[in-house]
Amino acid sequence: MDFKLKSQIMDAAGIKRALSRLASQIVENNVGTADLLLLGVRRRGVPLAERIADRIAELEGHRPPTGQLDITLYRDDLSTVGPSPVVNRTDIPVDVTDCIIVLVDDVLYTGRTVRAALDELIDFGRPRRVELAVLIDRGHRELPIQADYVGKVLQTTDDEIVKVMLEDYDEEEKVVVVERE
Amino acid sequence: MAFNRKDLLGTRELTVEEIKTILDTAESFKEVSTRSIKKVPTLRGKTIINFFFEPSTRTRTSFEIAAKRLSADAVNISASGSSVTKGESLIDTARNLQAMAPDAIVIRHRSPGVPHQLAKMVEASIINGGDGAHEHPTQALLDAFTIRERKGELAGLQVAIIGDIMHSRVARSNAHLLTKLGAHVRVAGPRTLVPPQFDKIVGESEGSITVCNRIEEALEGSDVVMMLRIQRERMSDAFFPSLKEYSIHYGLTLERLALASPECIVMHPGPVNRGVEISSEVVDSARSLVLDQVTNGVAVRMAILFLLAGREID
Repeated sequence: MDFKLKSQIMDAAGIKRALSRLASQIVENNVGTADLLLLGVRRRGVPLAERIADRIAELEGHRPPTGQLDITLYRDDLSTVGPSPVVNRTDIPVDVTDCIIVLVDDVLYTGRTVRAALDELIDFGRPRRVELAVLIDRGHRELPIQADYVGKVLQTTDDEIVKVMLEDYDEEEKVVVVERE
Repeated sequence: MAFNRKDLLGTRELTVEEIKTILDTAESFKEVSTRSIKKVPTLRGKTIINFFFEPSTRTRTSFEIAAKRLSADAVNISASGSSVTKGESLIDTARNLQAMAPDAIVIRHRSPGVPHQLAKMVEASIINGGDGAHEHPTQALLDAFTIRERKGELAGLQVAIIGDIMHSRVARSNAHLLTKLGAHVRVAGPRTLVPPQFDKIVGESEGSITVCNRIEEALEGSDVVMMLRIQRERMSDAFFPSLKEYSIHYGLTLERLALASPECIVMHPGPVNRGVEISSEVVDSARSLVLDQVTNGVAVRMAILFLLAGREID
């Protein structure tokens, strides 16, 4: 499938600045790093959570623990997505009970991924609070879910695709809006 | 995507890519069994029937637990309590089961090919839980998973399979699977229980099969030893004089195990006959992975149910 580039939203420096701001807001809102646990939603939420944790370490002198959630087993569209998707490992390093969890994802769109992530989290215990940090909020929610920390809000149409490209998985580091050709 | 089959009937027809997809998926599922809430909603609303015409504790329980950990509804039928004893033919039983719209049927039967026949007649996914002396694919997959977990890679490993090769579906399924993954399989047992042409059963592959005359020959320097149970229920003739004599010549003892590589692991599909094919010291030793195999069996069967029942229905 070919994509037509419509516009570039962020470059590498822009992503870095947005993540720094998210890190500041997270520690400001939670008055430090006590009981904080950052969980990245696979795939691109994982490196974003790591980077935010690094930035928090610089700010506060303490790096909150990080982990990763694979929401495949909790998806609501398993019977319609075609051949079974790849299942990856969920890795939560500490007991979530009484933790303040910040879920980290690249793009907030329909909210269905976050719904699945919340369901999965509840199976691991009872966190004190769960917050949501995203790099891009592109609108078009299908569930009543909002982010607590947003890198950038984008007005998009349904046929546009927001691509977050990170050096960990892609050759480049940028956020672009593309359209199917 | 690497897996889009309706049924899992044997390891013979699986591609290397499909095998790796199953094993990789199982790795992720293993984590679910370590949670305090050992259940994910993935197959909610799916129905899985365990239809066992032959006795089974491990395989049936393993499939049932796998189904339940995926939130599917598992129903168990055994031949003794079913309409089979009232004279219903297999085909009619299958049609009746299909009429209740299950998503998958796990079947174990003493006749080879029964799962294959069933797969053609019903829309549900058929999983072969063992058909006579033919195949037992989920056992071979969990064996490969266990070896991979310990050794990292199967390619180049020397795997000794010892015992009643002739009546063993485990040996047959493993021969196909392990050679596809590049392992070198050596089989040994009493002459009466090792088909001399066993090395011809697999096609072109990275690995190989060697038929050994003596157990010592198979054990020498091997990385994995897989012991098989003497299946008295499948034997109509006298293949060897007595269990005692079998144990003396073909039983795995600590002394014999010393011939294998120092890092050699010992496996057994169960049920173990202590003191017959394997000594108690070996079963209970740190090298024995018999219980790891059982743990991994649940993860592998979860992966298979997920990949089959979660497939696209067109």
